[in-house]
Amino acid sequence: MSELGLEDRERFEQLVLPHVDAAFNLARWLLRGRADAEDVAQEALLRACRFFRGFHGGDARAWLLQIVRNTCYTWLEKNRPMELSMEFDEEIHLQTCATPETIAIAGDDRERLIFALETLPPRFREVLVLRELEGCSYKEIAAITSIPIGTVMSSLSRARRQLQFALANSSHKGAVREM
Amino acid sequence: MKCNFADSWLQGYFDGELRGRRAAEFERHLQHCVDCAAELVDLDLLRGRLQLTQLYERAPASLRRTINAHLHPIAPTTAPSQPLLWHWLAAAVLLLVAVVVSRVNPDLRSHDYQAELAGEIVDMHQHSLQPGHTTGIASNNVEVVSRWLDDRLRFSLPVRNFADEGFALQGARVDNVEGRAVAALVYVGGGHLINVFMWPTKEPDRSPHSGSLGGYQWIYWRKHTVEFCLVSDAAPGDLDRLHRLIAE
Repeated sequence: MSELGLEDRERFEQLVLPHVDAAFNLARWLLRGRADAEDVAQEALLRACRFFRGFHGGDARAWLLQIVRNTCYTWLEKNRPMELSMEFDEEIHLQTCATPETIAIAGDDRERLIFALETLPPRFREVLVLRELEGCSYKEIAAITSIPIGTVMSSLSRARRQLQFALANSSHKGAVREM
Repeated sequence: MKCNFADSWLQGYFDGELRGRRAAEFERHLQHCVDCAAELVDLDLLRGRLQLTQLYERAPASLRRTINAHLHPIAPTTAPSQPLLWHWLAAAVLLLVAVVVSRVNPDLRSHDYQAELAGEIVDMHQHSLQPGHTTGIASNNVEVVSRWLDDRLRFSLPVRNFADEGFALQGARVDNVEGRAVAALVYVGGGHLINVFMWPTKEPDRSPHSGSLGGYQWIYWRKHTVEFCLVSDAAPGDLDRLHRLIAE
């Protein structure tokens, strides 16, 4: 049942609903799967609907994505707490999850890219997705993730380096394998 | 091997976030820092690869339906104090009633369908305005675009360029509307981006009708077993002109 009055509902439809794709896409990459993403994006959108009266203009996409992100992290904490604790040790993470061998096995370039992206720690993955897929500015990313702009920049730098590392090594191994 | 700028200004410069004095300072640094110059090339390659792969995943139609159903409840639901199971059962019954009513009353269904379709089409249009999402193939060559679409769809559709009439073809995409693949031709007219969505249908021809949603105009019609929907924030007169060119 909608909690919104007619006027608020129309505003919600105009301002928030155009960003359903953005909500789903962020959830999909944070949770690494479409089915969980649909559930969590739905929960986040219903929350957004509930909190909509507290939204007084501004960037509706950033506002919605902030809710989506928080809902995703709550879900991860409850269902896959390991994933969140892994990120503190990048060395181990890279060794166990995205070794060049596992990536090379993943086949074509698209799968390799998806696999490499999915093995990044969530906090790096999210800044990359927001920047490269969603086209967000640093200011928007800072608002969505509640981290300072300087940290957005350094997170992007580390995320990109890890992704480059994983991909470069996988294609190198792939080439060796073919010889 | 990296210099002190690699984690900060280099990223900002690459992302177009560094302005004024800082940008100028970084450019001076770039003239004699081989590491940063090489890193910029690598970053560009990585971005190209990410965009080529088209990793953006759109929301399934079922998610939109759920949210729409939440926003437009058909009748008052049960009191919140009742048990959860009954709450869900009541919702299921309401849904069933809605399905039956919509089957019995085709006008109602057609109205809802159009509203939902217009919503999806406008969403797709807005999505296509984001950088990197405008075209799957960028070309003004009718044959190239046509072949590209033929390779990706199980149906053939007319592709034309109306550059002489003021609507220059920019390319095409394949989008997903209500769970089916549709072709989207992209034009620019009067400085505005116009999407022309097309997909095959078995329904009879239908004269055009138009509407607006969230600041965007759309014109929908069916002709010769193809459904068309134009959408843009261009002037309504321009949109109408393009519609007549296509429908001729």
